[in-house]
Amino acid sequence: MSEFDRDDGVSRRKVLACMTWVGTGVLWTVSGGVPRSLGIIDEAVAADVNGLTFLQISDSHVGFDKPANPNALGTLEECVNRIKALPRRPAFMIHTGDISHLSKPSEFDDAERIIAQTRLDVHYVPGEHDFLDPDLKLYKERYGAGIKGAGWYSFDADGVHFIGLVNVVDLKAGGLGNLGAEQLEWLEADVKTRTASTPIVVFAHIPLWTVYPDWGWGTEDGAQALSYLKKFGSVTVLNGHIHQVMQKVEGNVTFHTARSTAFPQPAPGQAPSPGPMKVPDDQLRKMLGIADVTFKQNEQRLAIVDTPLQG
Amino acid sequence: MMRSAVSAALIGAAVGAALAGGVLLAQAQSAKTATVSAAVSAAVSIDNFTFNPPTLTVKAGTTVTWTNKDDIPHGIAATGNAFSRSPALDTDNAYSFTFTTPGSYQYFCYLHPHMTGTIVVEAATGSNATP
Repeated sequence: MSEFDRDDGVSRRKVLACMTWVGTGVLWTVSGGVPRSLGIIDEAVAADVNGLTFLQISDSHVGFDKPANPNALGTLEECVNRIKALPRRPAFMIHTGDISHLSKPSEFDDAERIIAQTRLDVHYVPGEHDFLDPDLKLYKERYGAGIKGAGWYSFDADGVHFIGLVNVVDLKAGGLGNLGAEQLEWLEADVKTRTASTPIVVFAHIPLWTVYPDWGWGTEDGAQALSYLKKFGSVTVLNGHIHQVMQKVEGNVTFHTARSTAFPQPAPGQAPSPGPMKVPDDQLRKMLGIADVTFKQNEQRLAIVDTPLQG
Repeated sequence: MMRSAVSAALIGAAVGAALAGGVLLAQAQSAKTATVSAAVSAAVSIDNFTFNPPTLTVKAGTTVTWTNKDDIPHGIAATGNAFSRSPALDTDNAYSFTFTTPGSYQYFCYLHPHMTGTIVVEAATGSNATP
């Protein structure tokens, strides 16, 4: 693989090599920071009926119509149909941004119309493609209830503390994603009073960890945000933006990126640019999909199943 | 931060509206200006997440037009808002700005800030010099 996992030794490499698009999806679970073998985990999750389960979708890019996927709304609808067909209904869904492609009202409308069919509560954070309207107001008008600043907020579900962050505003030349001082201050205060045993899930559009700076895949002040979370025994960071599944574990922190529902992007450094990757038509749906996340209470344990649209 | 971005975007939108007829309109305006200030035009192509050329040197009065050749939108923003921000440029969309004041203008893509470029504006000389 590439440099993002260079310090993780052979085992992670081997696990990542197993991360192929097979069956109904790829299953990840982490216990004490160590990725476990896929088969055992599969059974563990199948047997778990008590954990909190929620879904992540990302990078719908409604309005995108280029060769990499001329019908991004159609593949979003296919993902929604997958969600509707899940044997176990998730508690809610998070969307990690780039709902729209160009922040047009019609794009937000279409996305809402399709996503509403899941009949799930959806917690959004914006991507840079959701702040392109001239007045920068459409995202906040639609998804702004209860948010702070450019759109950050937190909530609790089943004893898990969820934090939605915005790292796509006020970006600086040559830089990566950016959270900014105001948001960092809010985050520090938000987690200060919580006990170290509270499981934390942080979600934001651009990866909070440095995946590939040459393509801007990282967050300038992400490390500072994570420093506020050091005391917690279980931290899960869910991102989008890079349109592919990547995972990294550092101590008690698990980083994970989700597939897009619209189009794939190349692995870091494997193409001249991170632009939309055109793959043969019969391969596209293997590279789009959803992520299903389960927490088992009292086990500091998390399982993420990445399900492609097509096995 | 939000307020300055909004006003810049509004200006950008106005320029974008003027461009509705395509780059030709911008060039027509340049040509018109040329009769009084010998303004010329120059182009920056956006290809594979790169501004090409990355550094462009022009005389004061030159209209620079950026054209997005990628399958993903880009947007032009100047460091320190030194010139007006463009609206989001979808594939084949263009944005023009006329540089009248000499100086070095650094800019970046506000969707993908690792993309950076520079416009160096030199004083026009002789009878074409700007005051």
